[in-house]
This record gives sequence, structure tokens and C-alpha cells, in this order.
Amino acid sequence: MRSEPVVQVQALVKRYGTKTAVDGLDLVAGAGVTAVLGPNGAGKTTTVETCGGYRKPDSGTVRVLGLDPVRQSAALRPRIGVMLQSGGVYSGARADEMLRHVAKLHAHPLDVDGLIERLGLGGCGRTAYRRLSGGQQQRLALAMAVVGRPELVFLDEPTAGLDPQARRATWDLLRDLRRDGVSVILTTHYMDEAEQLADDVAIVDAGRVIAQGTPEELCRGGAENTLRFTGRPGLDVGSLLKALPVDCTAAELTPGSYRVAGKVNPQLLATVTSWCAQHGVMPDRISVERHTLEDVFLELTGKELRS
Amino acid sequence: MTTTVGAYAPKPGAAPLPRMIAAQAVLETRMLLRNGEQLLLTVVIPTLLLVLFSTVDIVDTGAGEAVDFLAPGVLALAVMSTAFTGQAIATGFERRYGVLKRLASSPLPRWGLMTAKTASVLITEILQIALLTVIAFALGWSPHGNPLAVLLLLILGTAAFSGLGLLMAGTLKAEATLAAANLVFLLLLVGGGVIVPLDEFPSGAQDVLGLLPISALSDGLRDVLRHGAGMPWGDLGILAVWAALGLGAAGRFFRWE
Repeated sequence: MRSEPVVQVQALVKRYGTKTAVDGLDLVAGAGVTAVLGPNGAGKTTTVETCGGYRKPDSGTVRVLGLDPVRQSAALRPRIGVMLQSGGVYSGARADEMLRHVAKLHAHPLDVDGLIERLGLGGCGRTAYRRLSGGQQQRLALAMAVVGRPELVFLDEPTAGLDPQARRATWDLLRDLRRDGVSVILTTHYMDEAEQLADDVAIVDAGRVIAQGTPEELCRGGAENTLRFTGRPGLDVGSLLKALPVDCTAAELTPGSYRVAGKVNPQLLATVTSWCAQHGVMPDRISVERHTLEDVFLELTGKELRS
Repeated sequence: MTTTVGAYAPKPGAAPLPRMIAAQAVLETRMLLRNGEQLLLTVVIPTLLLVLFSTVDIVDTGAGEAVDFLAPGVLALAVMSTAFTGQAIATGFERRYGVLKRLASSPLPRWGLMTAKTASVLITEILQIALLTVIAFALGWSPHGNPLAVLLLLILGTAAFSGLGLLMAGTLKAEATLAAANLVFLLLLVGGGVIVPLDEFPSGAQDVLGLLPISALSDGLRDVLRHGAGMPWGDLGILAVWAALGLGAAGRFFRWE
């Protein structure tokens, strides 16, 4: 689904006082779903809000659908939908009332009743926004972002705090949007969300994009994979290591349980099994562990807690 | 759940401007009329003051029927309660809860939002004035004067109070706006010639209090409606200066989030 970029960010810098939130960020997003992953404070929200025209870059350029989000805001706004992380609704408004209102601001809105049913907002009834549950508020914000039939939607953590059913409903809606040609930029903490939905993933840390690619590319590239097998305890790991390529490691983790780490490919698998054959070892439960996006993410951004 | 392919196919576009502004004005008015505290301020308090002070002799309102003194003051109070206090508090919380931010990414332009807010204030004022006028007539009110002068005073008063209210809402925290707007409402209610004639105050204080927008509005309305005076140019001038200062400062310093 690659074509003309829908979002083009070049060398974006944004500071708040002395704190640099975004520090020379480059991001090109094409059609389809792009997930922006990153730890708290990485600059995801600032980047998305700059794309939405909320913030002026301190330096760098931002183009959304080819337009400058600040200077050409009037032309851009009808074409995009934005879901903020929280709020955005009159505290006394009812869910359907607010959604109908946003629909009225657009020329060809979606069917509001259908959207209410689809996102399970029918149960909100006459309850005021401030008394809705967090999940209902989230789903309303999502509905408000898509009701105007935009070409591109920005979703800032659309499934944060949702229960599994609501999360699934959100994912299904995003898949349908993608199928119908709506581009989506979403920020998320959830790796499975990015793996499930995204055509393209950008990992952001400390205000920069530190890796970008399809989920498969990110999981394959660079990261070390592992191969595990069980056999008799006390095998000669040194002999196994000699048979392996130089950049591999091998270890007996617990008696009879072995791990080979390195670039796992068919050759490596063949090397290990033929070594086992030579040594009369039946490698039970041999398995290759592909790295998940979470492994890649933690490898790139570190495992320490961020302040 | 599945939907037909193409159900979400992009078809972007802004609604026509008049439709957007009308929709926004209707929503804002509905939010205001649904809010209990706002109704207390805009309807209950002015009505109570009008009825109470017209029927019970608490304040010396000078010669003639008390209602003839009070009705113009309470109309001025109604304008202040909606354009200043109500609008400041509502807008302050809209800013706090990201409503202004969210609307800023909708097709409705900012000036369209401000136009809708003004329309909503005017709709509310018309409802207030209709109600208070009926009650005042029931209490024996006999107004005089030029309706055009009354209209001009109400419009300039609304502009002056809107500017000050939006300035407060756009620069202070929502809680601070809530407290300050109510405090200012109370102070101006007492010291702005609404129910207590300004000549009850020491003469030095009178000169200063007379320059307040509420005093100019209540004094101007009273001159016309009670005494049948012509155009109250002095009061109109004071309101025009407040309007220019307030709206100018609000335009300059208003922060949307």
C-alpha cells in the first residue's frame, strides 16, 4: 500500500521551555496504517499534535497530505480526523449529541446511528460525557475522529485502557478503515496492536525515530534470535560452539536445556542438528524463537523504567 | 462485525459555514440551558432580585415605583450574568477539557466558533429579557424611552462583558476563572448600581464606580427606560471603551489550551 506519503516530517524540533520534546525527528508515512511506538515522553503526542496543526515546529518541516498543518489549516482540517488522548467533549453533552454535532460540521458524514451501534455507544443513553466510563469516552473520541469520512486519521493511543471487547471493536474498525483506503497514524504502547494493525512501524525514543519498517522487517533485522533444544544434561557446549559461526553463543541454561543465540537461519539449524546427530543426541523440543516487536522495542529503547 | 466494503471510503468536506455556525450555536445554547449552576446565575438570581426588591422595601430606590428603578438594573445584571460570568466559566472549562482544542481540528474555523458563542449568548439574553420583562410588567413596571437606545446599550454591554469574560477564560485556569467570575459578579451586583443606587456610595467612590461597565449599562438603561432620556452617549461611550479594551485583549492573549 505504498504510494505518495500522507505524512512527511523532516528534522522536526519542538521544545517546551528548556525541555526538548522532539529532537530532529524524521518520519515518512505512506497510505495504510502507521504505528508510532515509543516509551512515555518519547515525543509521540507532540509529533502527532504538530501534524494536526496544534503546534508550530520550532524548526523542521511538517507536511500532511502535502499541506502545511499550520498555514494551510483551513484546507487540511476537513480532510483529517483527530482523536486526542483525552477530553475534547463538553462535559454536559451526551455521546450521540456530540457525535451528531461533529457530523454536522462535515459535508458527507458517516451514518451516525450505524457508528454508534458499531462502537457500542448505544448504551450511553442520556448520560452526560463526564459520567461516561473511560472506555466509552475513548470510543466516542474515536467515532468523532472518523465520522467526517476523512482521508487520514490521527489516533493518539486509541485503545489505552479499553477492555478486550472494546479493543477488538476498535481494531476491527481500523481494519475496515484501512480496507476502504483511509490512512491511519496511531500512537500506541501496545506491541501486539502495532503487530496486528500496522503496515509500518516507527519506533520513537527521546524525540527521534530510531527504527522504522514493517513489523516483519523490524523483527528480523538486527535483533538476535534464539534456538532452544533439550537433550541429555552435560553435553559438550564448547564442541558445539566450535561448530557454530563465530558470532553465535551457546549455553546450557539448566541441566539438559540448551540455548543457541545468534543469527538464526536454515544453515544454523542444520549445523545444530548435524552436531546433535554426530554426538548421538536427540534434540527434543527444538524451537526457534522469533523476536517479537516487544523484544525489538526493549532492545532499542532499553529496559530501565523511564522517569 | 463486518460492513460493506467502501462504507468508510474517504469523502471529506466541510459543511457550509452558516450550517456549521448554526449547529455550534445551538449546541452551545443547549449546554448552557442544561447547566444548573448557569441557570441559577442567569435566570434564578436576576428573577429573585427583581421580585424580592420590588415587593419588599429593603433598599431606598428613590421616588416612584421600586420596579421602575429595579427592572433596568436587573436587565443589566442579566446581560452581565450571561455574557461575562456564564461565558467565562463555560469557556474556561471548555478550554480545560480540551473542547476548544478538539474543535480547532474540526472544519469549523476559530472565528466561526466565536461567532457561534456570541450567537448563543444573544439567544440566552433574549430568553432572559423576555422572562424578566414579563415579570416586571406583572410587578407594575411602566418603561419609557427609545427602544433603539435600549438595543444599542444591550449590544455594547454584551460586547464589553464578552470581551472581559473571554479574556478571563482564555488566560486563567478554569478553577480560577470560576472563582473570579463569581466574585466579580457579586461585587458588580452590589457596587454597579443594579439594586443599590450609586448615590448611596460616597461621592469619591461614585466617580470610580460610575466607570464600571455594569454601572454604565444599568445607568444607561435606567436613564432611558425610567426617565425616557434620549441616547445616553456617555454610558454608550464607556461601554464602547470597555468593549474595545476587553475584546482587543482577549484577541491578543486568549490561549486555546
